[in-house]
Amino acid sequence: MHVILSKEVLAPDVVRFWLDAPAIARKRRPGQFVIIRLNEEGERIPLTVADADPARGAISLIVQGVGKTTLALNAMEPGQAILDVTGPLGQPTHIEPNSSVCCIGGGIGTAVVYPIACGVKAKGGKVVAIVGARTKDLIILEQDMRSVADHTLVTTDDGSYGMHGLVTDGLKKLLDEGHRFDEVVAVGPLPMMRAVVEVTRPMKLRTIVSLNPIMIDGTGMCGGCRVTVGGEQKFVCVDGPEFDGHQVDFAEIAARLKAYREQEIQALEQYRAHACASASRA
Amino acid sequence: MAKKVGLKTKTPMPCADAQERRHSFEEVALGYAIEQAVVEADRCIQCKNRPCVAGCPVEIDIPKFVEQVAARNFEGAYKTLMEKNVLPAICGRVCPQEEQCEKLCTLAKKWDPVGIGRIERFVADWASSMSLGGSGDVVQPPTGHKAAIVGSGPAGLTVAADLAKMGHQVTIFEALHKPGGVLVYGIPEFRLPKKIVEREVNGLKRLGVEIRTNHVIGRTFTVDELFTELGFEAVFIGTGAGLPHFPKIPGVNLIGVYSANEYLTRSNLMKAYRFPEYDTPVIRGRNVAVIGGGNTAMDSVRTALRLGAEHAYLVYRRSRAEMPARHEEVEHAEEEGIEIMLLAAPTAITGDAQSRVTSMTCIRMELGEPDASGRRSPVPINGSEFELEVDTVVFAVGQGANPLIKSTTPDLPVNKWGNILADATTGATSKPGVFAGGDIVTGGATVISAMGAGRRAARAIDAYLRSLPGSELKAS
Repeated sequence: MHVILSKEVLAPDVVRFWLDAPAIARKRRPGQFVIIRLNEEGERIPLTVADADPARGAISLIVQGVGKTTLALNAMEPGQAILDVTGPLGQPTHIEPNSSVCCIGGGIGTAVVYPIACGVKAKGGKVVAIVGARTKDLIILEQDMRSVADHTLVTTDDGSYGMHGLVTDGLKKLLDEGHRFDEVVAVGPLPMMRAVVEVTRPMKLRTIVSLNPIMIDGTGMCGGCRVTVGGEQKFVCVDGPEFDGHQVDFAEIAARLKAYREQEIQALEQYRAHACASASRA
Repeated sequence: MAKKVGLKTKTPMPCADAQERRHSFEEVALGYAIEQAVVEADRCIQCKNRPCVAGCPVEIDIPKFVEQVAARNFEGAYKTLMEKNVLPAICGRVCPQEEQCEKLCTLAKKWDPVGIGRIERFVADWASSMSLGGSGDVVQPPTGHKAAIVGSGPAGLTVAADLAKMGHQVTIFEALHKPGGVLVYGIPEFRLPKKIVEREVNGLKRLGVEIRTNHVIGRTFTVDELFTELGFEAVFIGTGAGLPHFPKIPGVNLIGVYSANEYLTRSNLMKAYRFPEYDTPVIRGRNVAVIGGGNTAMDSVRTALRLGAEHAYLVYRRSRAEMPARHEEVEHAEEEGIEIMLLAAPTAITGDAQSRVTSMTCIRMELGEPDASGRRSPVPINGSEFELEVDTVVFAVGQGANPLIKSTTPDLPVNKWGNILADATTGATSKPGVFAGGDIVTGGATVISAMGAGRRAARAIDAYLRSLPGSELKAS
């Protein structure tokens, strides 16, 4: 059992939790994730560890409520406990000392990129961050990112805040202004990562993306998270979650993410009906 | 003194009706009633050479417990079993007895062998119904030594029980959220009810074994940290199955293609067959093809049927004679309506615009020369391709070693497939204090062979711990 220590709403349906997980807090490195299961009937889902506080024995997870499990998690309060938390899983981010990295986070992806940005700084590197979202309300971790990055650019698709445009527009602007990077790390929705990769491909600028496929065990046993990278089969849980974006078959991942769409809708409708019924009883 | 031969055929196992059970996850084989067990046990002639014992990987005194059953001394029989086998209810169900103890039974030379496995299961279930648990356990005085077991499958559970009985302090680290390994994620409810695994695991806890779930060794702690940070003096690695194999053919990443590990884990561990009561979904295919010929393939194809398949095909590239699955499993599957397609192998899987499987192309095979396994190897027949209309494909074609421990324990030697190199009789690796056994050493094998490896490793670990400097001081 892992007790929720604190909870903070970062954006609509986006919540930052700190929870008790001493062993994971000690071991976790940027780029790694945990698998959680809320309760006895629960599914196992992977979530990136956004931050860790080994002294307090706590890890931070940033969760976007999109399906039954994430919405149910976001409805939990401090003092309540998550049944199972396993990790840290996956390969830590490979960070070259003293490198110059452009860290791009789209929407909830900023929660994944933020610890990587911290890792780059910890190894003496330089970070230019792009924090993007559809609209102002959905921008998360802007202040956290500003406090660690050397330069931060905010973009919104609708122009409600920061630069009007996509994160790729932000990246092009930075490149036009003469910024040069050893590497780009881009994490966000698949179409965003795909778009970033197409911007950097012609200039052969190394671009790392973090993949978030459907997983069960997270230890390489089931193969459900398999993806094709450079024509080879990889398991995201043990080989990833980060890969060379120029080699990733995004179309295949996009298709596989929809494997259980019908069941996800069914579970969500049932959850919402139940949640409404509980609310009206209360 | 050997007695005379009585009944020449084995007392049949009562089973759920094939038509009813094909859609149910309830257990298929129902187990002997008292009279059936006594009659079957009485068939044993108590021959002098006792060949059955040599066929048992965990060395159960088979003639003794069978004789005790014949004499209706069920409690005594249970104690005899527990002396050597901490998981009798499980072994009585999933051991390939026909390849082991029963194969060597003196009666089997002319007639049916004694139904040793069925009697074993009866005794274990009887003991459970009497709430006897661990009555055969004699725990020796505490030695003060600490051993860590990595993985709670059949190998790990056996080592843990043996070491605990020898007086050592034992902790099991399990990566998943439930202990049992393949007994929980892999073998389906209809063949091994999960409450039986739970019962056996609880017996272990009564012996004082601590079980820490959600601990991935290699990640949460490395093997070295088990020694240096957590103070263990010996580590047994029994992590079992590794990365599932997929053939290099087009379409293996389409939606509806599973490894048997994933398909079974969704259904068994995550209870996807009870979705939406349980959150984890699984694709309930109408036409399902399972590729492979082993017990895992049988479990998968029978699961497909229970998930509602109209056609559940088993596609195997060799002939029936080469199938590694237990005869009883194949028989049960066929009774339930599984369609077995022999001498065929997939060459491509095709999907629709949404990347969902629509069909599988197969090619017919013929048997050529024997390969390294001694089985005649399948050779494709040119131009014999045919289409099978399916929406779900499950590959049960074996697995490679898991890289997590290997990659975080650089001084632990492995072979070219990534399996840990361990002494066949002691399980010792060349890394001091580290032992290994089960599938992570041998590659895919059986529950009982993993338990046999666990049994042998436990003896070696016990000797190792007692040889450590200051050992006598600790015990006093």
